[in-house]
Amino acid sequence: MNKNEGMSLIVKTITRLTVGLILLFGIYIVSRGHLSPGGGFAGGVIIALAFVNLLLAYGTRGLKKFPLMAAEIIETIGALFFILISLFGLILFGVYFYNFLGTGRPFNLMSAGIILPANIAIALKVGAGLYGIVVALVLAKSLMEKK
Amino acid sequence: MVVYLLNFVLFGCGVYALMTRKNIIKMVIGLSIMEYAVNLFFIFLGYKTNGQYAFPIFFSDQKISFNQMVDPLPQALILTAIVIGLATTALFVAIAIRLYEKYNTFDISRIRRLRG
Amino acid sequence: MTIFIILLLIMIVGALVATYVRDLLSAVVSLGIVGLTQSVTMLLLGAPDLAIVQLVVEILTLIILIRATISKDISARVNGPREFLVAATGIFFVLSFLLISYHGLRHVSAFGHPAMRISHDYLQQGLAQTGAANIVSAIILNYRAFDTLGEATILFAAVIGVYTVLREVGRKKSDEQK
Repeated sequence: MNKNEGMSLIVKTITRLTVGLILLFGIYIVSRGHLSPGGGFAGGVIIALAFVNLLLAYGTRGLKKFPLMAAEIIETIGALFFILISLFGLILFGVYFYNFLGTGRPFNLMSAGIILPANIAIALKVGAGLYGIVVALVLAKSLMEKK
Repeated sequence: MVVYLLNFVLFGCGVYALMTRKNIIKMVIGLSIMEYAVNLFFIFLGYKTNGQYAFPIFFSDQKISFNQMVDPLPQALILTAIVIGLATTALFVAIAIRLYEKYNTFDISRIRRLRG
Repeated sequence: MTIFIILLLIMIVGALVATYVRDLLSAVVSLGIVGLTQSVTMLLLGAPDLAIVQLVVEILTLIILIRATISKDISARVNGPREFLVAATGIFFVLSFLLISYHGLRHVSAFGHPAMRISHDYLQQGLAQTGAANIVSAIILNYRAFDTLGEATILFAAVIGVYTVLREVGRKKSDEQK
């Protein structure tokens, strides 16, 4: 793998056109986790794959859109948001992880209580965490110098 | 029963790859195969006959009653296990890269004899 | 049921090819075949959630493993009479494991008739109690949310582990050792 160059021109052009669609598809799967198959884990991994696609096509220049420090911060925010949701139930109602938002009308987007915010928190955590793992593996420079 | 036994044969292939290969990346591949076999076994346990259209999701125009749906509990347990498997594979590969940097080989019999 | 036997045989052939081939890149591609066949099997078993997750996780595993095969290290082979002894030991352990597991598998419920003791209540009251149409999501985020909290912790620990193993600051300079 060259240090800063990335892949050929065809790959770069197609990546520019499709990365936005992959990200949008990931957000769609996360937000409809309680109505159709998917949920936080699948959507989070798809969001991570969109940014990994950018990193693989453009080399280390692709890191400027989403640097490693931002990935660490977003992962921590996702984890804290999940714990905050669980503690809300404890403080307000006395039961850990209580579903305090009510059920709403079924088959709507805004229904099923806690499940939608929890899916968003899990997607942030899993997506940023897996993206950080791939970036750390790519930036390990020692393997590229000794061949 | 034959399905369960073939599943365990797949698990046995993973154990064989882990035991008899000397390259670290082949050991990672063996661990991955073992993990796929175990995840598949749980889903086989929860299958109801003629259940490929009876996944546990309700729709507004419901045609399948809940008595015919497959078991959703093993699916919920294995969903998180798949992502955890990815994280542990990544950790194993990170350690293998550090070993390559220090000893310049992936062969475990040569790693034991060098003195750094 | 025969479709499952055919898919499992494809997976076993893929696993054997991944074990025996000498080039590391071909072994990783063969592991990809095993994972994709597993995703198709999960779709036919009535688990579309799991099929999506298995597919995307398999793609990420392939990316991570190809990153590791960047060296041209051909895997060495055990030579001489030791090779037969190692293979025989491996086959002996796998066969004894299969024999013992056969005795255990006779007491598991038959394939196609699961004993759904708790899941019957989950399916009957899930939509009314939680309001979610996807029962698997209702289980992992409402009835059994503790397990999801545990999974988030494991993922966090693994990510911190990768950052620590591959960091740049704080390592001893390797020139001083040589």
